[in-house]
Amino acid sequence: MNPIQIIPHAADYVRILPELVLSVFGMIIMLIDPLLDDRRSRSLSGALALVGSLVAIIATWMQSQSPGLGFWNMVRVDSFSIFFHFLIASITAIVILMSYEYMSVQEIRGGEYYGLILFGACGMMLMSSAVELVLVFIALEISSISTYVLAGFRRRAAISAESSVKYFLLGSFATGFFLYGVALMFGATGSTTIDAIGNVLRSGHIPVLAYMAIAFMFVGLGFKVAAAPFHIWTPDVYEGAPSPVVAFMSTAPKAAVFAVLLRVLFEANAPGRIWLIWVTAALSMTLGNIGALVQDNVKRLLAYSSIAHAGYLLVAFAALPENGIPAAMFYTAAYAFTNIGAFAVVSHFGGAGERRVTMEDYAGLGKRSPLLAATLTLFLLSLIGIPMTAGFFAKFYVFSAAIKANLVGLTVIGFLNSAIAAYYYLRIIVVMYMREERDDSPVAPVPFALGMALALSLFATMYLGILPGRMLDYASSSVSDLVAPAMQTMPVQGIAQVH
Amino acid sequence: MHLILFLIFGAVCVAGAVNLLLQHHPIDSALSLVVVMGALAAEYLLLGAEFVAAVQVIVYAGAIMVLFVFVIMLLNAGEEARSGGSRIAWVIGVPGMLLGGILMSWVLLKHSGTGQVEVGSLPGSPQDIGWLLFHDFLLPFEVTSILVLIAIMGAVVLASHAQSAEKKEG
Repeated sequence: MNPIQIIPHAADYVRILPELVLSVFGMIIMLIDPLLDDRRSRSLSGALALVGSLVAIIATWMQSQSPGLGFWNMVRVDSFSIFFHFLIASITAIVILMSYEYMSVQEIRGGEYYGLILFGACGMMLMSSAVELVLVFIALEISSISTYVLAGFRRRAAISAESSVKYFLLGSFATGFFLYGVALMFGATGSTTIDAIGNVLRSGHIPVLAYMAIAFMFVGLGFKVAAAPFHIWTPDVYEGAPSPVVAFMSTAPKAAVFAVLLRVLFEANAPGRIWLIWVTAALSMTLGNIGALVQDNVKRLLAYSSIAHAGYLLVAFAALPENGIPAAMFYTAAYAFTNIGAFAVVSHFGGAGERRVTMEDYAGLGKRSPLLAATLTLFLLSLIGIPMTAGFFAKFYVFSAAIKANLVGLTVIGFLNSAIAAYYYLRIIVVMYMREERDDSPVAPVPFALGMALALSLFATMYLGILPGRMLDYASSSVSDLVAPAMQTMPVQGIAQVH
Repeated sequence: MHLILFLIFGAVCVAGAVNLLLQHHPIDSALSLVVVMGALAAEYLLLGAEFVAAVQVIVYAGAIMVLFVFVIMLLNAGEEARSGGSRIAWVIGVPGMLLGGILMSWVLLKHSGTGQVEVGSLPGSPQDIGWLLFHDFLLPFEVTSILVLIAIMGAVVLASHAQSAEKKEG
């Protein structure tokens, strides 16, 4: 108990620099918001939030120069956490860009909205770098509570309040499961540090309690990523929540939870991983796609599609770490940018009160606003997984990782599901271009900020679809961050046991 | 003696929890929850965790329960109407819960895979907890402040929405 060690070093603060930046900007927004009227509050706090997320990106870059552990083994900055920090910060920036227009059209006051987005992003970033389950839990709660509130921001719509309450009640229940799992894991292994848990679980004797702990934690985390059978809330919540918020909560918190899952399943060497994931992935893909087939509301359709995508992504979790981890990371990023783009179009086209959200409203969009329709088409093609888009390589890496791990059954289910999914995505495209419009009122022009958001997500989608190599290489380089600690302690068995 | 006391308080705790569910009036449920919390505090004390026991009484049985009772009284909540539960709850929920409970207790009793310790042999003094809280777990402890902040923000946002919606209508 050296007295010098009581106070954190400067290096410790660098390990949480992006989180610090985001919370400082969140607090500045909250402090100046009461001084502004509604219109100024929207523009100024929006601008501040955007600057905050950009500074967080810079802070992440600074952080990447000095990786390591911080705060007495609570957080670890490694290329894995840097990847997710960049991803979450970019998602936040794009969502803030697309929120500008939405906020003024729906007449929502900006301060709390942007504040909650920044604080939520702070929690999500912390989840991706936390290597201790208590910290993971608190970060998870920050990210969840901010999304519960954000879901209820359409104050004139009862459906939004319903969405918020449903999400809150079920979400708190799921969090309880996660916490119970953490407690059981502590009971089984005597530690809440992921590394230490991994060492105990690798040592050969796996207590039955650890299986239950993993199952409980998986229920909690599975709920947050909307994996079947914990997906029932998704369509209702996505339908009621404001579209930019849906874009946010279907991507950033999911990315963070997938990061936690990767750490728990691979770094802690979770027992029973393959069967758990096999069943959940197969169920999510199938139920999500079948549910999406019969939807008429585009937001609900995309909600079911997000369940299905969680399923494809989970396939990578059953694969071997050296292919599975990069495939999962790539898929998370590809899906995030594509989905944000799709929701940006939905958000703009919805108009005041989000009235235009059904399939019929999209009829003839190809004629009324060719550029918007073309953009949406590209995003939908990426969601299907057509070559030249991010979705293609994402699916390709996931399924090839699954094949390498001899998961033929799961891969076949995945391919069949991709074929089903193509039907309902193509249906939107067909409706946009082939069907006569019933309502020929002009579509509102795309404002600059939203245009930027669309351009950025489109660029990311195409970039990952044409030159996926760099991101995949980076993702592959972080495999050793998750698996290497194992190899230090158990040189050969560490890898062999994962099979 | 120790075991007998432990069992007695455990029984009180379970009885309080069952009573909580069976009561019709919210105040009665809240008061049964006080019994549960108190009995839990006694269990912690018996396990040699004095600090946790004290916190349990002060925070849960004290502060949080006062808040519950306040809210119930302010809302002037009357007796609940009973719906009898949905059929799915009876067909799947109850057997599922029983099965899960049996599985859990079987694992905990037979296969916990953990050793046994003497009561009170593990560190649990306020000093140990203070060291953990402000040193090893400093970051989670501090980050909790953001959690509390957004919870307050959320409450304010949702409440003010409800108010402004009322104004618009009226």
